Amino acid sequence: MEYSEIMVRYGELSTKGKNRREFIRQLGQNIRNVLKPFPAVVVKAQRDRLHVVLNGQAAQPVMDALQQMFGIETFSPVVKLPKDADLSEIQRTAEAMIKEQYQPVQTFKISTRRQNKNYPLNTYGVDDGVGSYILKVIDGIQVQMKKPDINLQIDVRLSGIYLSSITIPGALGLPVGTGGRATMMLSGGIDSPVAAYLAMKRGVKVDMIHFFSPPYTSQQALAKAKDLAAKLAAFGGTIDFIQVPFTKVQEEVKKRVPEGYLMTIQRRMMLRLAAAITLDRHCNGVFTGESLGQVASQTLESMRAINDVTSLPVLRPLLSLDKTEIIKIAREIDTYDLSIMPFEDCCTIFTPPAPKTKPDLDKTREFEKLIDVDGLMQEALAGIEVTKINVGDDYLNAEEDVFAELL
Amino acid sequence: MIYFDNSATTKVDPAVLKTYEQVSENYWGNPSSLHRFGEEADQLLIQSRRQIASQLGVQPAEILFTSGGTEGDNWVIKGTAMAKRQFGRHLITTQVEHDAVKHSMQRLEELGFEVTYLPVDEEGRVQPADLKAALRPDTILVSVMAVNNEVGTIEPLAEIAKILQDHPKVHFHVDAVQGIGKGIHDLIFNDRVDFVTFSGHKFHAPRGIGFIYARTGKKLTPLLDGGGQERGQRSGTENLPAIAAMAKAVRLLKQNESHAVALEQQLRLSLREYLQQFDKVHIFSGTGDHFAPHILCFAIEGVKGETIVHAFEEDGIYLSTTSACSSKKGLTSSTLSAMGIAPEIARGAVRISLSDQNTMAEGERFKQVFATRYEQFKTLS
Repeated sequence: MEYSEIMVRYGELSTKGKNRREFIRQLGQNIRNVLKPFPAVVVKAQRDRLHVVLNGQAAQPVMDALQQMFGIETFSPVVKLPKDADLSEIQRTAEAMIKEQYQPVQTFKISTRRQNKNYPLNTYGVDDGVGSYILKVIDGIQVQMKKPDINLQIDVRLSGIYLSSITIPGALGLPVGTGGRATMMLSGGIDSPVAAYLAMKRGVKVDMIHFFSPPYTSQQALAKAKDLAAKLAAFGGTIDFIQVPFTKVQEEVKKRVPEGYLMTIQRRMMLRLAAAITLDRHCNGVFTGESLGQVASQTLESMRAINDVTSLPVLRPLLSLDKTEIIKIAREIDTYDLSIMPFEDCCTIFTPPAPKTKPDLDKTREFEKLIDVDGLMQEALAGIEVTKINVGDDYLNAEEDVFAELL
Repeated sequence: MIYFDNSATTKVDPAVLKTYEQVSENYWGNPSSLHRFGEEADQLLIQSRRQIASQLGVQPAEILFTSGGTEGDNWVIKGTAMAKRQFGRHLITTQVEHDAVKHSMQRLEELGFEVTYLPVDEEGRVQPADLKAALRPDTILVSVMAVNNEVGTIEPLAEIAKILQDHPKVHFHVDAVQGIGKGIHDLIFNDRVDFVTFSGHKFHAPRGIGFIYARTGKKLTPLLDGGGQERGQRSGTENLPAIAAMAKAVRLLKQNESHAVALEQQLRLSLREYLQQFDKVHIFSGTGDHFAPHILCFAIEGVKGETIVHAFEEDGIYLSTTSACSSKKGLTSSTLSAMGIAPEIARGAVRISLSDQNTMAEGERFKQVFATRYEQFKTLS
C-alpha cells in the first residue's frame, strides 16, 4: 500500500490554551529535524492535525521516527484521494487498505465524516457504498459497530478525501523544547539516560553534562556517554554534550578530605560545576539520575548535604522508581546495552570503602574548606568542551567504516 | 597448473589474504585487553562475528570461533557427551562421516558411550527410516554430515530434521565443512539443527580457523578452558587476523554463491559426461540434486588411485585419492565401502573437487590429458 501522508494527532497539547500555537510550532520543528534524512517529506503543522506528506517516501521509516517523538498522541498512515474522487475509487482504495491488515475472520466498520458538503454522497451514502462493497469482495469479513478489528475512517474534506485504517499510539508527553531548557548530569550508567528521557518527555530540552577524569577514565567511557546522548537525540533532536574535566578536583578531594566525606564533597563539586554551567547557558534546572536509597550518595541526608551548594531546582525523575523499573525503561529506549558496557566512569573511581550514608551538613561544609573550591571550579570550567550530537552518531564504533573495508 | 583438489583445501583469496595482513599489522592488540588498542581489536572481532552471522541469517551470539573443522566436530560431539551424559549415553552418526566425527565417536566408545553408525545406500545416502529406528530414549546426539567429502552426496537433512522434531532433546549436529557455499543453505540451517561445523580453509580463508553455529539455548561443555573467551565457551586468545579474513571470505562466498554453484555444476557434469564414455571408468558421484556441485569421484578399474594421481600430476593436474586425510594411510575409502563398492574397484578411486576459481577451459585440458592417460593405463591392466 502506498500511503500519501501520515496524519499526526496532538497529545496533551489540546489542553494547553494560549500556548497551543507554540507547542504546534515546536512539534513541527522537532519532526522536521528528525525527518531530515528523508528530503522528499513535507511537514505541515496545522491547528488540529499535523500532516507529514510523504511525496513518494516509504511510510515505515518515517513512522518509526515519529514513534519516538514526544507530543504525539496517535498517528495514522493515510491515503489521500482527489476531493472529487468517485465512490468506486474510494471502494478500491478501501479494499486494498483493509486487505493489507485483514486476517480471517475479523470485523470492520466504516466511519465517514464529511466536511465537504458539496460532495455528491452524504455520510450514510459513503458508509453504505464502501461497507457493502467490502462485504462483497472480502470473504468472511463481518461488520461490527462496537470495537471492530478494523476501523476504516474516511474523511471527506475540502482539500481531498482521506482514508485511514490504522491508528498507532505515539510516545505522548510534550514536544521537546516547550518545557524550557535544563542541564542533565549524564554519567554513562543505566539511570541517567532514563532520567534524561523522562525529562524530555515533559518537553524539556536538555544539555548533557558529563564529567570525565583522564587518565583514570578512558576515552571509551567518554565515547560511551556520547553514544548514549546520540540515542537520546532520537526523542528531541540535536543534543549539546558538555564534557567537564574532573581529574584535578578528584585528586585534590582525595588528597585533602577525610575518607568518609570524600564522596559527598566530590558530588558537591559536581553539582556546583553543573549549576555554574546551567546558569551560564540560561537553563533553569539540573536533572540527575538519582533514585532514593540506591547508593550512599542517594539517601535523603546525602541529597541534602549535596544539594546545599545550589538554589537551582535539582530534578530527579527517577526518585521513586525501583532499579527493575528503571532497567525496563532503559531497555525500551535502547540505552541499556550501551550503559552496561564495562568502563570505569568518574563516579566509580576514588570511591571510599565506606562512604557516609548520612553525612553531617556542618561537617561537610567544614571539610570542604580544606580544598580550593573557587580555584578548582575555574580550572574545570576553563577546560569544558562542547559537542553537538545527533541521532545516529557513533563514537564507540568510529572504526566501523574502516572495518567495513577490511571485512 | 590445474588445481582440482579444493575439497582438501582451497587457495586463499587475495582479498582475504590482504585483510589477514592488514589486521595483523594494524589490529594486533588482544581483544581482551582493556586499553584502546585492545578495544579496537575487540570491536573488529564483534564486527566479524556480526558479519558472519548476518551472512548466514543467524544471531551473532550463535557463532563461536574454533581452529577449524576438526575442532568443531570434536567440540560438538564430545561437548554434547559431557553436557548431556546424565540424560543418556547413546549417539548416532553414519558410516560415511569424516574422521573428525568418526574418531571422536570412537573415543567416546572407549569411555563407555554407545554409538550407532547408520549405513548408507549405493549413492552414499543415509535412510531416514534407519535413523528413526536407531533413536532410543537415551540418545543424546545425532551427527550427520551435509555433504560427503569423498563422493559429494548431500545427506537428507530435512527428513532427518523432521524425524527429530519429535525428539527435541536430542542434539542435532551437521558437519557442513564441505557444504558451505554450495547452494544448500536452507538444508543446513533447517529449523531443527542445533550445531553446524565450518572450516575456513575450505572456502578461500586461511587454515587454522573455523567456526561453529550453536543454537541459542543448546548446552555444550567447552573443550578448552582458560581465559573465558567466546563467552567462556572456547578459551584461547582469539585469532583475530584469521577471524576477520574468514568473515571476509564468508561474505565473498555468499555474494558469489549462485554463480559459483552454477559454474562448478556445469564443469562437474561436463567432466562426468566425458568420463562416462570409458568402459573401465566407474563413477560414484551421481547427477541428481542430492549431489554437491563440486565433487566428482570415480575410479579406473585395475589402476590404483595413487597411480592416477601421480600420472596427472606429471601434466600439472592435481587430483586426490578420495580424501586427503586418509590418502597417505593407503586405506581404501570407507565411504565407498559403505556404499557397497567392491574393494578392487574402490582401490582405484580418485576425487576431482572444484571451486569457483576453476574454469571450463581447465576441464577441456583435463579431458585431453585423460584420453592419453587412459590409453596408457589400459596397457597396465
